[in-house]
Amino acid sequence: MASYTLKVNGKRRVVDVDADTPVLYVLRDNLALRGPRFGCGLAQCGSCTVLLNGNPIRSCSVPVSAVKDGAITTLEGLGTVAKPSKLQQAFIDEQAAQCGYCVNGMIMTAAALLAKNPTPSEPEIRGALAGNLCRCGTHHRIVAAIKRAATA
Amino acid sequence: MTTLNATTSFDRREFLKATGVLAIGFSMYGLTGPAGAATLRAPKSVAKEAIDSWLMIGPDDRITVFSGKVDLGTGTRTALAQLAAEELDVRFERIEMVMGDTATTPDQWLTAANLTIFQGGGELRRAAASARRALVERASQKLGVPASDLFVSDGVVRVKSNPSRSVRYGELIGDGLKLEVDPKVPLKQSTEYKVIGKSIPRVDIPGKMTGEFVYVQDVRLPGMLHARVIRPDDPGARLASFDDSAARKVTGFVQTVRKGDFLAVVTRSEWGAVKAARAIQATWTPGPGLPDQATVFETWRKMPVAKEELTQNVGNAQAALDGSAKRVKATYDFAIQTHATIGPSCAVADFKDGKLTIWTSSQATHSMQHELVAITGLARDAIRLVFVEGAGCYGRNGTEDAAADAALISTVIGKPVRVQWSRADETARAPKSPPRTMDMEAGLDAQGNVVAWSGDFYIALNQIVAFKPLDFPLLAATETGVPRPGNWVGFLFQNSGQPYQFANVRVNTRHIGGHIFRSSHLRSPGRIENSFGNESFMDELAAAANADPAEYRLRYLKDPRAIDVVQAAMKLAGWQARPGPNPGAGSGPVAKGRGISYLRYNNAITYVAAVAEVEVNRTTGEISVARICVSHDCGEMVNPDGVKNQVEGGVMQTVSRTLMETVTWERNKVTSVDWATYPIMRFTQAPKVEVALIDRPGTPAWGAGEPTACAIPAAIANAVFDATGVRLRSLPFTPDKVKAALAKGPTRA
Repeated sequence: MASYTLKVNGKRRVVDVDADTPVLYVLRDNLALRGPRFGCGLAQCGSCTVLLNGNPIRSCSVPVSAVKDGAITTLEGLGTVAKPSKLQQAFIDEQAAQCGYCVNGMIMTAAALLAKNPTPSEPEIRGALAGNLCRCGTHHRIVAAIKRAATA
Repeated sequence: MTTLNATTSFDRREFLKATGVLAIGFSMYGLTGPAGAATLRAPKSVAKEAIDSWLMIGPDDRITVFSGKVDLGTGTRTALAQLAAEELDVRFERIEMVMGDTATTPDQWLTAANLTIFQGGGELRRAAASARRALVERASQKLGVPASDLFVSDGVVRVKSNPSRSVRYGELIGDGLKLEVDPKVPLKQSTEYKVIGKSIPRVDIPGKMTGEFVYVQDVRLPGMLHARVIRPDDPGARLASFDDSAARKVTGFVQTVRKGDFLAVVTRSEWGAVKAARAIQATWTPGPGLPDQATVFETWRKMPVAKEELTQNVGNAQAALDGSAKRVKATYDFAIQTHATIGPSCAVADFKDGKLTIWTSSQATHSMQHELVAITGLARDAIRLVFVEGAGCYGRNGTEDAAADAALISTVIGKPVRVQWSRADETARAPKSPPRTMDMEAGLDAQGNVVAWSGDFYIALNQIVAFKPLDFPLLAATETGVPRPGNWVGFLFQNSGQPYQFANVRVNTRHIGGHIFRSSHLRSPGRIENSFGNESFMDELAAAANADPAEYRLRYLKDPRAIDVVQAAMKLAGWQARPGPNPGAGSGPVAKGRGISYLRYNNAITYVAAVAEVEVNRTTGEISVARICVSHDCGEMVNPDGVKNQVEGGVMQTVSRTLMETVTWERNKVTSVDWATYPIMRFTQAPKVEVALIDRPGTPAWGAGEPTACAIPAAIANAVFDATGVRLRSLPFTPDKVKAALAKGPTRA
């Protein structure tokens, strides 16, 4: 066990965990966040995506010891039901979910995409999401939501 | 007939402004509290006959509806609330839904079989309408005005001649209605609807977009421990011995639990459980072995048949076949697949003071009460299951197994415990769909008309009985010596009968008693495989008759709604009548084609037709599905956008299953263990989807979760034939199978 100070959604948080603990478990189990979700633990599905210094990472496969002083942003850091971000609002407007379990990864990946490319084409959106899996089949509503956020 | 096209007629943003659903946010959280701390409702009447079992009205006029059907991510939390609001004459926003809690909700049987709206919603509507009538009668007494002179507006009963004379539901309810549901209570007419038929935005979606929604994976209890169950790669293996000395060194290790072949590690943290499960050394005695995957369909058709049943028998099919001018035969196979849930199954159980409570995303909370009696040894009334939404399950995935795992461990250690399955647990060890093979034969006359149709369907024997609890072979049951044999797979005979008006038909089902893998129902059990066979074969007959495949289907359909749905799909797709294969498929490496399929779910309810447009790469064998157009008639739609979401999802998921999904295995090992070994469709492979919804206000509201999936495999297979002249009869249509089929040359019917 070791002590780590993390910057999560703009706040400093101290946790005592094993050095090999993936960031996902720290966020969910130590910091009680629910946005990042466990899907595979293998960096294959994207459900656990968070931003590290603005870049999407698979938090299930990055140990807490590797974060150093990087800034982590989770789904909660983008907005709330009372005050959703433009991107979250676009997902709500398009009703872009069924079970919604994977959608954290879609929103976080899209947030990083839109930060770098505010007006992506549809192939660019689909390409950015190629590593994110959705099982309910909400693909084109998700693409529509990202397009809506890009043009809103 | 009203056709709503792909663009939703109801602007969601306007709706949100108008109703303030977002601001209220009343029922979007299954549970509340900073870390999803679970609070339990007080137990209450759950008898289906009693109105008070279905709904409670508070003195503040808030209404809580208790539904035994649960929301598996399909939006039924919203749609069922719409039904209740409509019959109660209250604004939608006043309804809060409680779902699948064995101590507070009626037992409405499994959330399955496309029945949530039709059966579950029907029961709820009758309860709500009975409640409204009773409240109006109470108001009549209180106000001294005949009930016929009263009306209800948003839960306030008013006098027609003097609306300011009024009384609120909250003032009338007292300590409940203490009345029975009237099964014949009049329901609202479609012309009176204020809530049904509106695309009300789903109440769960805002919280799901921000991390505020609580999934079962988020439930936390004070003092809760974490566990993982260690299971063999070989499905039939038995636990010989284990060595947990390395696991004991993991931070926060608590204990190992062994009961028979059941082996679990318990730790203080979730990551600790993962590490301890990796560290423990288990030795397994090999199981009997699995059959060769390459010949699994031959194996399947040779397994002992427990019973045979004719599902259609009209005229004399054999005599008509013998006398026909042309006979056509084909065999179709449908692979063993898995639910492939994105979030591995999870449950939290708390055994305390002789009572066991389990938080689970089970589609079968009430059935599980019964199923856990045998595993835990507790009495049924000592076991409470509380539904909390999980990731989409699409049938019985690992959810109920995880619930049983948590229940067993908690009863053994006497502490609250959370069991989170791994990806390999979910992909390799959750139940599978059984394999399927189908032999089809038909006879045509000299003009190409169908004179005889015959089918033999090799289906798994089913132990599920409608409205009875299951005795499913949960892993925790089998491993602890509780025998639970059989296939709990659903009504696989459904849609083996074909939907056309032929003079001579014989459809036989051969029910195979054994199994290759532990099997369960997977969206949409039986109907998806049977419709692949029937609608592929119908297409083969159209080709043999040199007819346009859509026109050929219409030739044998007499039901106006069937004809409407086929024509709506043709119109949406811009269908040009001609026989296949496509003369304009192109001579380059990429061949283009289109295909159609049609079915009526269970040959009794929802109608659906699909047109697929594909591109087949003759060099690589890859199929790209460019566009799928679906027309859909499920009768009266409660929430059209909810229906559309289900139709779209049914398309996408089934394109994935059709093109790439099959469970793989070796002699003593399931080798589909993750997303690399059980790939599903990616965003870059997703087709364009267009949907025509046919609304039938005033007719029964049928399910929309399952029918579309059944139309997709044949539509794609038929489109591949149109593009290439080659029939794909074994699903999935992987590039190697496509290349092998192309190498054989055009398929002659």
